[in-house]
Amino acid sequence: MIDRVINSRGFDNFDFRFIGLIFAILGVGVLSIYSVTHDQGVAFPFYAKQIIWIALGTVAFLVMWLSDYHRIARLAYPAYGIILILLAVVLFEGRSSRGAQRWIPMGPFAFQPSEFAKLVLILTLAHYYSAAPRVGWIQRVVLPGLLVLPGLLLILKQPDLGSGLSFLAIYAAMLLMVGMRSKALGVILLFSLMLFPFAWELMWGSLHDYQRQRIMTFVDPVYDPGGKGYHALQSRIAIGAGELTGKGLYGGTQSQLKFLPEGHTDFVFSVFAEEWGFLGVLALLLLFVGLIWLSLEIVARAKDQLGALLAVGILCMLCFCVVINIGMTAGMFPIVGIPLPLMSYGGSATIMTMASLGLLLNVKRRRLSFF
Amino acid sequence: MATAGLYDSELGELQRRLVILRVGLLLVVALLGLRLWHLQIREGSYYRDLSENNRTRSVIMEPARGLIYDRKGVLLANNVPSFTLYVSLEDVKDRDLLIDQLTNLLGLDPVLVKEKLTARGSKQLPRKVKDRLTLREATLIESHRLDLPGVMVQVESQRNYPGGVTASHLLGYVGEVSPEQLEKPEFADLHQGSIVGQYGVEKFFDRLVRGQAGQKSIEVDAVGHEKRAMVVEQPHAGDNLYLTIDVRLQKVAEKLLGEESGAIVALDPRTGDVLAMASRPGFDPNVLSRELTPKQWAGIVQDEGRPLNNRASQGQYPPGSVFKVMMAAAALETKTVTPSTSIYCNGGYQFGRRLYHDWKAGGHGPVDLRHALVQSCDVYFYTVGQRMGIETMASFAHQFGLGEETGIELPSERVGIVPSEAWKRKAKNEPWLPGETISASIGQGYVNVTPLQMASLIGTVANDGVMFRPRLVQAVMDRATGELQQRPAVPKRTLKLRPEILPLIKEALAGVVKEGTGTRAQSALVTIAGKTGTAQMTALRTGPEKDIPKKFRDHAWFVAFAPVEAPTIAVAVLGEHMGHGGSASAPLAKELIETYVRLNLPASSDVTDGAVVREGEAGGREQDDRPGD
Repeated sequence: MIDRVINSRGFDNFDFRFIGLIFAILGVGVLSIYSVTHDQGVAFPFYAKQIIWIALGTVAFLVMWLSDYHRIARLAYPAYGIILILLAVVLFEGRSSRGAQRWIPMGPFAFQPSEFAKLVLILTLAHYYSAAPRVGWIQRVVLPGLLVLPGLLLILKQPDLGSGLSFLAIYAAMLLMVGMRSKALGVILLFSLMLFPFAWELMWGSLHDYQRQRIMTFVDPVYDPGGKGYHALQSRIAIGAGELTGKGLYGGTQSQLKFLPEGHTDFVFSVFAEEWGFLGVLALLLLFVGLIWLSLEIVARAKDQLGALLAVGILCMLCFCVVINIGMTAGMFPIVGIPLPLMSYGGSATIMTMASLGLLLNVKRRRLSFF
Repeated sequence: MATAGLYDSELGELQRRLVILRVGLLLVVALLGLRLWHLQIREGSYYRDLSENNRTRSVIMEPARGLIYDRKGVLLANNVPSFTLYVSLEDVKDRDLLIDQLTNLLGLDPVLVKEKLTARGSKQLPRKVKDRLTLREATLIESHRLDLPGVMVQVESQRNYPGGVTASHLLGYVGEVSPEQLEKPEFADLHQGSIVGQYGVEKFFDRLVRGQAGQKSIEVDAVGHEKRAMVVEQPHAGDNLYLTIDVRLQKVAEKLLGEESGAIVALDPRTGDVLAMASRPGFDPNVLSRELTPKQWAGIVQDEGRPLNNRASQGQYPPGSVFKVMMAAAALETKTVTPSTSIYCNGGYQFGRRLYHDWKAGGHGPVDLRHALVQSCDVYFYTVGQRMGIETMASFAHQFGLGEETGIELPSERVGIVPSEAWKRKAKNEPWLPGETISASIGQGYVNVTPLQMASLIGTVANDGVMFRPRLVQAVMDRATGELQQRPAVPKRTLKLRPEILPLIKEALAGVVKEGTGTRAQSALVTIAGKTGTAQMTALRTGPEKDIPKKFRDHAWFVAFAPVEAPTIAVAVLGEHMGHGGSASAPLAKELIETYVRLNLPASSDVTDGAVVREGEAGGREQDDRPGD
């Protein structure tokens, strides 16, 4: 079995580069988390826990890599059903943090279904489009939209604006890649425009105060440095203060002295940027671009539509998270709770991201399976 | 394996569309890179400054004020450690919430707290919100540290006056520099919350006593916790002052006045040293140095006894017959009279259609200069004054230091009034009336003096015409060098009088106590010379003194020096509404002088006791020197 895999070049240079990039970024993440939380003074600090998550993520990566993605895709609908149930459970039983209920407690840890929902959604949509020819805009747009809707609503209800936006992004990306007639596109645009006032009303009305304030103060965070724009401003200060070469490991006063909140999770990029400067940031961006470039290669070489759709979905989800996260820490977007893939601390997100990347690499594989 | 089918052809389409993704992705990454380049390279130094500001806070280290001692080294003002509450505005996220919390925790007035937090000034410097926190309050704040970002409790030295009300007007009190003061150049290096002297010596010598604030820079975390401190500049404590007063004498002076309003000034005529300077009612500088609510302030300011008024240097009263000391010297110098010139006193002086009374209804009969001083004959001085004229009187009064500052080192000294034609035209825009010269010649009418001026006047006479500027601080110790710098006595002027005049007057003043209106000042311990005076309050007198309501009663003056032969102390006593100088004030002067003598006896001969003192008092016979008008 092993021989066959090697003979069929199951591992090649490409795979090593891909995996190398993943672990390079993971390593940078652990380093940054370590820098912020090394003096935490608890038995199990965040960086140690993150290493455990990475270990578990590696297992998930291997499983997703080495299974047959067709078989995985066949589980998409039931998986989506389970996720919807879990998302509903979160609303009633979940553990809340800062006004949002996102976690299901599991012993000493907590499980965040909305993270896994993203991957399951990609599987579901990819499975939907590839299971049969989808013709006409109802089959291409409306039906998958109806698939997306319940998950989206449950996530927004938590509320988790970041995951909600990721959901929409995945849907839009898949739609775009599947392609549609220009007439259908026009109809969608027209409907969107017509519905926009109502949608805006609905969206804005359903947002929590803190979400609205985040969006409002995005416009001018300096206006009230002690108040709502605090995160945004402190994050910009941290990044800017890194200058060309950075303040060095542990040298980031913004994060070390806790001016920058959430330095190990959503704002891990700011911590890194403060300590390693523009040069470090460029290197990190190159790592991400490299990973995404390899992913694009996988899409381009996909053997079937399911694989291509899976790969595109995962690729777009990653791109979306990376761009939005870095953009929000740099003050280009409002602050929404989207972690930086592979770097931010978090069990669910780390495991899900690594599983996704495993699946992505799986698409490139020849049809040989261990499972 | 995907089933081949119609839709599989879409795979190729999908893969062709990847170009959009590639281009879009490159664009977005380029945008991110550009943004980061902008933040880190173009605006990097700006953000680095912001991050430095984020972590460092400047904290003022208040200096300890200089200590104040009396002439014998008794501590009059020191500093005690106390807790002060500061708020660092940069760390406050929600000001209204903080005001609420502080109000609840410490029971502060929210309006006042808000005022302090919003006052103009640097945002970088912490604002002082409350001083003299109790230990309980300080603990309360510390235990709520996490809920109170930006709130700091600092240990600072707080002014303390161990003697309480003793010498309160002299020492003064301290307080936060006011916004108006901060505008002035002499307070330029201060900031909101700085403590400065607001009264008395504390105010006059503030520059020396204040010291110099230091500064430290502390690194704080996001909650405002101090992580590391770096002293940028150590504070320098203020200089110590050694006053000329003897606090034992001061206490006696204050006790002598008791509940009465009035002032007692004791000078050393040889140097101008202020030995005691009492003004009643007084105040407790410890209370005033604290932060007072507007209501407490109003209570003090509106107190009818005007406790904040230093009656010794700021109270202005007609000198009454004390003025005759100056008049006698002037009369002799101008040769208006000779010592033997006799003037007949029949109890009144007719001028135009008006009769100016002598205090003694029947008159004194034929009176020479000595007799006129001893018995305080009004008619004699009416006549002399009339002959000299107001301008001559005024010029001599000025020579004796009236109508001008004595130059004592206290803020807001008043000068009194020496009336003259020019003065009246200027002050009242009216011509001088001849009758006013007559009133002025016995120290009534427009003449106004301060007790300090009177003490200086009698001291100058005692010191044979050499006038010293009253000296309050005899030495200053520079805290930085430890050097004790003596401040020399400053002679002000020498009276231009023929040499035989002052001895004559001194002898007559000794006669006042021996046989005249001031016999109640007789002492078995020491020879005393003096002069009584009664400053008339009102012409409406309808019965004996004791029936007149207190606030319409006359002010009682007594000035004295002792020992007659070689004076070492000059005293002025003023009792507001205490009646006649001879009966009310003379005994106080005597008591004070005796205390002084006893305090300065060589240590071996402390045999004196109260019994001896009583004897002198019993020898006195109540005399009245009520002037007429």
